[in-house]
Amino acid sequence: MAEIWLDAMQILSSTLRLATPLILCAMAGMFSERAGVVDIGLEGKLLMGAFAAGAVAFYTGSPWLGLFAAILAGVAMGLLHGFATITHRGDQIVSGVAINILASGFTIVIGIALFAQGGQTPALTRDERFLPIHLPFADTIGQVPFLGPFYETLLSGHNILVYAALLSVPLAAFVLFATSFGLRLRAAGEAPEAVDSAGYSVTFLRYRAVIIAGVLCGIAGAYLSIAHGGGFVREMSAGKGYIALAALIFGKWRPVPTLLACLLFGALESSASRLSDVDLPLIGEIPVDIILIAPYVLTVILLAGFFGRAIPPRALGIPYVKDR
Amino acid sequence: MREPAVALRGITKVFGAVRANDAVDLDVEEGTIHGIIGENGAGKSTLVSILSGHYRADAGDIVLFGETVKMASSADAIGHGIGMVHQHFMLVPNFTVLENLMLGLAKAPLLAASREDVRRRLAELTAAYDGLDVPADAVVEDLPVGLQQRVEIIKALIGGGRILILDEPTGVLTPDETDQMFQSLLELKRQGVTIILITHKLREIMAITDNVSVMRLGKMVAHRKTAETTREELAELMVGRTVEPVRNEAAAGAGEVVMAARGISLRDGAGTLRLDDVSLELRAGEIVGIAGVAGNGQSELLAVLAGLATPERGSVEIGGRVVTAAAPTDPREMRALGVAHVPEDRRREGLVLPFEMSENAVLGYLGQARGSRPWLLRRSRMVGRCGELMQRFDVRPPNPALPASGFSGGNQQKLVIAREHGARPRVMLVGQPTRGVDIGAIEFIHRQLLDLRDAGCAILLVSVELDEILALSDRIVAMNAGRIVGEVEGRGADRRVVGLMMAGVRDAAAGAAVAS
Repeated sequence: MAEIWLDAMQILSSTLRLATPLILCAMAGMFSERAGVVDIGLEGKLLMGAFAAGAVAFYTGSPWLGLFAAILAGVAMGLLHGFATITHRGDQIVSGVAINILASGFTIVIGIALFAQGGQTPALTRDERFLPIHLPFADTIGQVPFLGPFYETLLSGHNILVYAALLSVPLAAFVLFATSFGLRLRAAGEAPEAVDSAGYSVTFLRYRAVIIAGVLCGIAGAYLSIAHGGGFVREMSAGKGYIALAALIFGKWRPVPTLLACLLFGALESSASRLSDVDLPLIGEIPVDIILIAPYVLTVILLAGFFGRAIPPRALGIPYVKDR
Repeated sequence: MREPAVALRGITKVFGAVRANDAVDLDVEEGTIHGIIGENGAGKSTLVSILSGHYRADAGDIVLFGETVKMASSADAIGHGIGMVHQHFMLVPNFTVLENLMLGLAKAPLLAASREDVRRRLAELTAAYDGLDVPADAVVEDLPVGLQQRVEIIKALIGGGRILILDEPTGVLTPDETDQMFQSLLELKRQGVTIILITHKLREIMAITDNVSVMRLGKMVAHRKTAETTREELAELMVGRTVEPVRNEAAAGAGEVVMAARGISLRDGAGTLRLDDVSLELRAGEIVGIAGVAGNGQSELLAVLAGLATPERGSVEIGGRVVTAAAPTDPREMRALGVAHVPEDRRREGLVLPFEMSENAVLGYLGQARGSRPWLLRRSRMVGRCGELMQRFDVRPPNPALPASGFSGGNQQKLVIAREHGARPRVMLVGQPTRGVDIGAIEFIHRQLLDLRDAGCAILLVSVELDEILALSDRIVAMNAGRIVGEVEGRGADRRVVGLMMAGVRDAAAGAAVAS
């Protein structure tokens, strides 16, 4: 029994670690899309953030400066997206995809130019990374049955960005639903003309939304390269931005359901590695690919209208033109 | 003399080559209801958009209570006490009434801090003015349109607005809701609010305003005291020439029944009964007008008769063909049977806007574009056909190569009617023929419909403009909640009786007969 419990805690713990970039990116997407700006560029911002963090942490030796650089990179990409889609009313999907392609090429080219390691940044030392934090008395409490593994394995032993990701959910919910800024931001995604006629600038609101999205994506990127990983590896975002977007839709653009969707997708990913080559009774060996495509399949099923419709913000994807 | 509440001096606004406002002057006295009337595109909306800070004028001054002000944004206008109720509601549909009000009013960073304050101000406002009650915690999209509009008016006043501008406020309201809104406006006026009412409906101007200004082609052409003018004079000023409203006066010699609907019922996708046991006969050489508030089954009736929807029960008979649920039809067959259809929404259903007019001129009648090789469409035939229709119906500009989107609403509608008219139909179904059409074109379209009737066509006229139904119909049938409520003779029909039937009062016609 205790064995199974410990196993469960380990699976949940790895789920949490794998879900962290998803949670941060999904919250980023929530701000952007709730304000009416489609954010398919999560992937690119994530990758840029990861590269900036890896490179700056290596040069400066400080994970905090790496994190700061990642946030700057994410915000820069966000502003680029905003400039194309908010100021110049470009197509938000096209701009987002362009950012993804740009990030993919840019990180490799600059990575090779700077480090000549095939697009990777050099491996980081422990001082250059965010290390797991051991909560107080983890060892002592760890001896207690049930509570022990829960505390020591699941709650304790993560790096600070995991906790930041968990904190980002209530924070996003608070900002979006309990502040007047959030009210106006959501209104900008539903009926921007109402915001405008109330005397508030839709443009400014949407810019603030994409900046917040950039910050969160940057943190997610830093997590990949200098917290979870020990350096930047080319294409290390590996579709996580898209999965986060899927989780956002799956969670119907609401903070808690989106968090749950991220954890579900994280659990699928973590079980994918555990279940590979394992012969399950009755089912047999499940190909890893089947598990890995599950998030996308679930999202398609959701969009097709099963288990309740996902209704996006009404003005999502529509540039605001001040005219009638 | 008191300073006017609003004085505009030489307001000019140019969009590209169009002078939307050309040196416009306007004085609005405090505590009055001031109407601005003009045709579509006369520049009324542009003018009030400048006054409410939405657009910036290229030249001219805005003077409020004797003080020249800068109006650079909506926020400026709100700060000066100008509240605007737009033609299309500026509400967030899935927010509550309170949240919509907080959108403009919440100044504190936290919503909780302003929620009670806004709730209190709303209560004060509804206490101060009769007829402005709204449920504060209801979600806006669940409210009837009349109440949504009330939320808009509250929004305009709650920030301390003393000048209220309404742009075509009655377009979406039922006659009853319109009356209620006018009552609220009179109450606001009594309490000293200055109201500017933009409309193209003369009836509204005469009913409620103190003064009226007329715009035409971007210029302010006249100012009148409402008590000292007439509808005829205003119509003439709007159009710039004498307008004779078309009336159906010649007695119609209604012939045999050409199309008959018997007991048709129809449900929509959500399972709501939209048509409930509707029976109707259309006779050659008569116009049957369907009076009803939008959304009471008229659109569905048109759809069934045009072959766009199949009735769940009942039948439609035309030229020996009996359409039922078991023997459905399609619009193409109905066209072949001589049923022409002018759809209610010409921009979505009547025309393909990006297509050239010549292509639009043969939509539904592609046979007219085929030559010796029937698998090809001949451009020359399409252009020729279009030119013919344009000339007959005076469509301007008479250029078949221009996309449909480049024409005004009136000219688009003329082409749609010309196309259907040109097929020499036995039955013509006409939905909202003059929605968004200027007075000159309305006159023309009405005359064409009467000519078509005189030529022996059976016409079904669906319109939310009661005046139009009253002016043209030989017979008026009122619909409410998917049912036919009653029928009256078109000539000499009592507006009040028809209004009561539209509201669902079944014995209105009989009651009126007894009373008189």
